[in-house]
Amino acid sequence: MKTFSKLLTTAAFLTAGATHATELEVTHWWTSGGEAAAVTEFANAFNATGNTWIDGAIAGSGGTARPIIISRILGGDPMGATQLNHGRQAEELVEAGLMLDLTDIATEGDWANVVNPTSLLDACTLDGKIYCVPVNIHSWQWIWLSNKAYADAGVNTPTNWDEFVAAAPALEAAGKVPLAMGQQPWQSNGAFGVMAIAIGGQDLWNKINVDKDSDAAAGPEMAKVFEAAVTAREMAANSRVQDWNQATNMVITGEAGGQIMGDWAQGEFQIAGQTAGEEYECLPGLGVNEVISTGGDAFYFPKSDDPDITAAQKELAKLMISQEVQVAFNLKKGSLPVRGDIDLSSANDCMKKGLEILAAGNVMLSGDEVLSADTQGQIEDLMVEFWNDPSYSAADAQAAYAAIIADAD
Amino acid sequence: MATSSGTSKRPVRLLRNLNAKIASIPMVATALVIFIGCTAWTILYSFTDSKLLPRLNFVGFEQYDRLWGTRRWLVSIENLAWYGVCSLVLTLVIGFTLAALLDRKVRFENTFRTILLYPFALSFIVTGLVWQWILNPDFGVQQVVRNWGWEGFTFDPLYNPDIVIFGILIAGIWQGSGLIMVIMLAGLRGIDEDIWKAARVDGIPTWKTYVVVIIPMMRPVFVTALVLIASGIVKVYDLVVAQTSGGPGIASEVPAKYVYDKMFASQNLAQGFAASTMMLVSVIIILIPWAYLEFGGKKRG
Repeated sequence: MKTFSKLLTTAAFLTAGATHATELEVTHWWTSGGEAAAVTEFANAFNATGNTWIDGAIAGSGGTARPIIISRILGGDPMGATQLNHGRQAEELVEAGLMLDLTDIATEGDWANVVNPTSLLDACTLDGKIYCVPVNIHSWQWIWLSNKAYADAGVNTPTNWDEFVAAAPALEAAGKVPLAMGQQPWQSNGAFGVMAIAIGGQDLWNKINVDKDSDAAAGPEMAKVFEAAVTAREMAANSRVQDWNQATNMVITGEAGGQIMGDWAQGEFQIAGQTAGEEYECLPGLGVNEVISTGGDAFYFPKSDDPDITAAQKELAKLMISQEVQVAFNLKKGSLPVRGDIDLSSANDCMKKGLEILAAGNVMLSGDEVLSADTQGQIEDLMVEFWNDPSYSAADAQAAYAAIIADAD
Repeated sequence: MATSSGTSKRPVRLLRNLNAKIASIPMVATALVIFIGCTAWTILYSFTDSKLLPRLNFVGFEQYDRLWGTRRWLVSIENLAWYGVCSLVLTLVIGFTLAALLDRKVRFENTFRTILLYPFALSFIVTGLVWQWILNPDFGVQQVVRNWGWEGFTFDPLYNPDIVIFGILIAGIWQGSGLIMVIMLAGLRGIDEDIWKAARVDGIPTWKTYVVVIIPMMRPVFVTALVLIASGIVKVYDLVVAQTSGGPGIASEVPAKYVYDKMFASQNLAQGFAASTMMLVSVIIILIPWAYLEFGGKKRG
């Protein structure tokens, strides 16, 4: 009976779709193995409604893709829908009236009550109207550890940052890289952010990033974070890969002890057929401060004059946040769902840790939500230089950092 | 021109050659709007606090203050200076030497010319990637030499922050010297055979004929080559992106990349405009004395 009704609905969708099948180009930067598998879930669900998903994947990272996406929207050649990190990246595009108002379907779907945590929806809201669909929660605050690497070196897999630092010499003696780090600017910046929260604590992070308190940024608490970053820099000295997934691969193969990376790394372990708790371990908040940030990806829909496209855009928006698609997508992606009302019993150990922290309310805002792209860019420049230049002292870097925070808008 | 204007029926200067003037209006308009207009617009908005979208909210020299207080910009300028001087000198020297060698009536000149000009047909991105692989310590030159048995050989310019800009320079010269060679060769072919004969009769050695007679005669060719090389230097961007993305760290950043990153990635148009205005100013500082020497001198003489 169930299959029969499913067939019927599919048939109904197909016939409905046949009358106005609309092609929608969707741009995103999900190109690694795990990410591509996840995005296929969206595409399949959308194609099942009779519309057509034209995949507009942009290789590279968000840093490469965002300028392309934004110039297309500004240049009058908008796509049907696009990924962006919610927060301040699209602020001005929304203010300029270039984005589709989704308030009506948000009210219809009761997003205000189903989206958890509510800060996700706040980031999509401007003057009481909703302009984007949050699709997942990504948290940066994880370190991924290779059990094989530590077994080869003859030490126990660490359970917190201090043990991780202590185990580094043993790994080096075994010819392994203690900490895998890619060279892309956002990775350097992200890893530093994670250490700031884990070592400095959440209050300090809020003072600096939310209140833009430059005294706190120059203070002794933050100095500890920079000292720890110097240690991390030494541990990562022999890591010469560029992309984040190459660095993750070093952990997968046991070439490196660990990697500080967001929970999207999980998708890579999954593709490699590894299981949390067996081949690899994950420590939220570096095992010190178990807090996760709730930034993530959201989809924006540039305004269109064509009513067919608008209808298809709204259909896609509804679909992306629907329960089934949320489950299918997030399991592949390794991210947490944006709805509090779905069952993720098939999630793996690491995702469950994340869900527990989320349920306990140990959440914080993400960098994308509190800092402008400009300030983030300045911090990225600083971090790239700091991570790559062994002669750049902690004190100098901290002074430069405090100056950026003092100027932040 | 001036001599014919002494007659009683002085023609209106504006209407002389009317057809030609009408025909050049589109070009003049394009030049005014695109080059002058857009430049003025950019300079104007560099004094604002424009973020993702341009807005006229003036903040004085704030963007320039920030620009010159940014380490990345200072590193970019320093890199451009090194790259610029080395690239200018080496490209000219190598281009001219190759051209002079080809001009000695060698066999298979066509083949050599094609081979040497070929890199120029590639885009900078391709050149950059190819050299990234050649200079990669694990796959490239370093590994090849080590495999020959010279274990201690180290050659990894792209991974050494102190010399990374020279790794980029190698690729830039490989790409650029072919074109300069062809231009020089054309210049050398324009030199009258009789000059060579006269020099030989006087018993002047070949190298001295080149340095003392031929090179001064090729002045216009050198100026053309200089302008081509200089414009290539100021706009160097894709080569860096393909080879190092500005790394390691910020060691191989260049001004054009700073402009792009600030305008598009950091969503700070005004900062990018300020940087591009500085690039324009530096070009003008180099260009004005040169233009004065080149054109101002001729009138007097």
